[in-house]
This record gives sequence, structure tokens and C-alpha cells, in this order.
Amino acid sequence: MRRKRTYAQTLGGRHKAALLAVTALVGFGLGFGIAHLVAGSIAYWGVVSGPFLVSLRVAIPATVIAGITGVAAGYALAKGRFPGRSVLETLGSLPLILPPTVIGYYLLQVLSPGTRVGGFLTRVVGHVLVYNVIGCIIVATVAAFPFCMRAARAAIEGVDPGVEEAARTMGLPDWRVALQVTLPLARRGIASGLAIGSARALGEYGATLMVGGDIDGRTRTMSLAILDSFTTPERNTMILILVLMAISAMTGVGLLGRSRT
Amino acid sequence: MTPALEVAVARSIGEFELDVAFTVESGLSVLFGPSGAGKSLTLALIAGLIRPDTGTIAIHGDVVTDCSRRIHVSTQQRRIGMVFQDGLLLPHRSVLDNVALAVRQVRGRRERRAVAGEWLQRVGAEELADRQPGSLSGGQRQRVALARGLAGDPALVLLDEPLSALDAAVRRELRDVIRGVIISSGVPAVLVTHDAEEAEELGDVVIAYHDGRVTGTRSIERPVRPEPPPGTPGSGERT
Repeated sequence: MRRKRTYAQTLGGRHKAALLAVTALVGFGLGFGIAHLVAGSIAYWGVVSGPFLVSLRVAIPATVIAGITGVAAGYALAKGRFPGRSVLETLGSLPLILPPTVIGYYLLQVLSPGTRVGGFLTRVVGHVLVYNVIGCIIVATVAAFPFCMRAARAAIEGVDPGVEEAARTMGLPDWRVALQVTLPLARRGIASGLAIGSARALGEYGATLMVGGDIDGRTRTMSLAILDSFTTPERNTMILILVLMAISAMTGVGLLGRSRT
Repeated sequence: MTPALEVAVARSIGEFELDVAFTVESGLSVLFGPSGAGKSLTLALIAGLIRPDTGTIAIHGDVVTDCSRRIHVSTQQRRIGMVFQDGLLLPHRSVLDNVALAVRQVRGRRERRAVAGEWLQRVGAEELADRQPGSLSGGQRQRVALARGLAGDPALVLLDEPLSALDAAVRRELRDVIRGVIISSGVPAVLVTHDAEEAEELGDVVIAYHDGRVTGTRSIERPVRPEPPPGTPGSGERT
């Protein structure tokens, strides 16, 4: 019986050396990165911890809100025929194509207590919505929303309508068909939208600066802090932490989508 | 006695025009005709998945569709069971869950699963309870779909070419299962097929379709034979 050969065994001597060199380089890079991150985190934790916690405080609720509203909007777009459908689709996708500064400007117009709409909203909510963490969450939600909505819509449209019809013949009301059949079957696509959306919420910069300000310990997220500390040694630690946070968020949500329901 | 099903509907789809009227009593009625004759469309209309342009549909005397009075009872409210050509089991649920989700007559997860288990036993698929639909053969899938179609205590069962995707040996075996289980359950059923032999073997009544019209109705006399004991609806190796 022939034994299976590893990929390295199938290569010639020169290729094997090249593969080893690449592996060593990647290993060294990873090792260096992790060591740097750990050392940096310890050395600069006092500086890094504030923006790190603000980023978590902003990105987690923003992902949850954008996830729920994005999936609801994606479902409505995939299944519904209602007036204003194309308006919802266009408005929901605008943050993808508009420059962050324009989004920031419009959000300031809507949220700032100095404007008519913003003043009304502030009175209704009973809380100022700009230059605090709430403003940052709103901005990150707006940034993440299109990814969640579009991915959910595509995934829901990809579900076999025959299976949904079969569920209706079983007597399941429409809301149960949506929750127990459509969404579970679309979960992978939805999860990928959430993953990209969460990374986007984490990385939002321009509009956050305009709506949230750059207030240390309150609205200074990792993305803002990186620019602020661009000439200082802790920037590398921040960049590495942000990259790892984004990868963790994407991997975590992706794994959720792959799990069986 | 009120018929199990009264249909008098018309529906146009593109250039195709369906215009049919028939009644179904107890037992198994077969809509037989070539592909494209409108048989499956008729089942979709009965199930409420599509609305007719004109006409009425009544199940056990209850009007579920009446275009002139703008009555259209939703699919969920019609108390029908349906078996599709390719099963259409929920791929993310176990076989037992697929059947249990259709059980409407009892409350409580454990009770619904118990009823589902009984139906899986009646179609000879009890050993498949924990399997995922993706791992089933075509014949096994249709057994489960049959159990699911009957588990909700329906007033009417609709079977849309349930055997057409299967090979000849499995079809022969499942014919016995379908007829045995449906007759023993006492639920009136309407089955669609384009296979003359299948129509002859399964139907108590055969309603012939051609080009969107009913061209004839024929009752089939069957010798009275003892009902198969519960739990053994088929014979031979299970597929």
C-alpha cells in the first residue's frame, strides 16, 4: 500500500529549502509580532488600555444594533414588496460609498443639539448624542449597517423558497418560518456580514472624529489613538492590537455562522 | 356527505391556462396527466401557495378560497399536509425535529416529538430519527416527508410527484408504503403523477388532466384486503 506523502516530501531539494525559508520567515514574523504585542501591551498598557476599552464599548453595541437592524432590513428587502423599498436599499447602502467626512457631517446635522432635528432628538432621548460614547456608537452602527444589511439580503434570497413553502404547509406561522427556517439557513451569509460589519465598526475613524470628538478616555477609540500617537513608540502596539481585535471579531462571528443550529 | 375537497378554479400563467373543476371523496385520489398539464399548479392552489384568478376551493365544506368574495385562507390555516417531489425537509433540523415541527394537535416539545416518533414508525423510518436530512437516501427522505405530511393531523394530504425522483425499485416499495399509511390513517389524499402504472396502483379515483383541463374521472375497484398492521406499512428492505 502506498503511503500518503506530505506536501514537503513531494517537493525537490531546492523547493524544500525555499519552503523552509518561507516557513521560518512567517514563523519569525509571527513570533516577533506576538512578543512585541505582549511586551508592548505590558509596557504601554497605561496608554493603550483607555482607547482599547473605548473601542470595545463602541464596537460591541454597534455590531449588535447593526446586526439586528441590518438583518431586519435585509429580510424586508429580500421578501417584501412595499413602498419605499428602493429608498431603504439606497439609504442603507449610502455609508458604503460616501466619504466618512460626509457621513459625519450629516450625522452631526441630525444629532447635534444645535440643529432643529438634533435638538428635537436630544429632547426626546433626554441625552446629548454627540461628543460622547453614544455618538461614537451611532457612527459605528451606521458604518457597519450596510454590510450587515446587504449580506443578510443576499443570504436570505439564497434560501430555497421551496423549503419555506414546505414549512408553511407544516402550519408554521410566517414569523416562525422566518426565525426557525429562513434565518438559520441564511446564517453563514449573515455571519459574514456581521464579521465585516464588526471590523468596520472597530475601524471607523473619520465620522467618529467629527461626531464623537477625540476625548481621551471617553471617545478616543483605538483608530483615533493610533493617529494621535503616530510619532510615539506605542503606535505599533496599538496597530497590532487593532489588527488582532479585527481578526478575532471576524473569526469569532464566522465560527458562530458555521456552527450547527 | 360533504366531499373532502371541492375545486373549481382557473389560473393563467403566461400562455398556460388552468381551468379545472372536480371533487374528491375519502381515500386516495390521483391527478394523472403529462408534464405541464397543470397538476402541480392545482396542488399549489389547493395548498394556498398560489392564488387562483377565479373560482373556489373548499376543504371538508370549509371555503378556503373564494375569489368573488376575496377569501384566501393562509396555507398555515388550511390544515393540510404536503409531500413534495424532493422531500423539501428542513436541512438544518434532524429527521425527528422535521416531523415534530409539523405536529399541531399537541403542545409541549416532548409530546410533539412522541407523536413524530410514532409517525416515523408508521412509515418505517424510526431508525432515522436522529439523522440529518442531508444524509438520507431519496427513498428515506420521502418516507420522512410522508410522516411529516401526516403528523399534523391534517384534513387533507397533498402529494406532489412524491416518487418521480426515485429509481424503479424504490418507487415500487414506496407505493405500498404511501397507500398503506394513507388508507390506514383515514386522511383523504390527492396525489399527482405522470406515471400511468403509479396512478393505477395508488388511486381509488384517477382524475385525468390534459393541457390545463380535466378530461375524465375514473374510479378504480380494488379487492378488499386486510389493512397492514401498524408499524409495518412496507415490506422488504427499507430504502
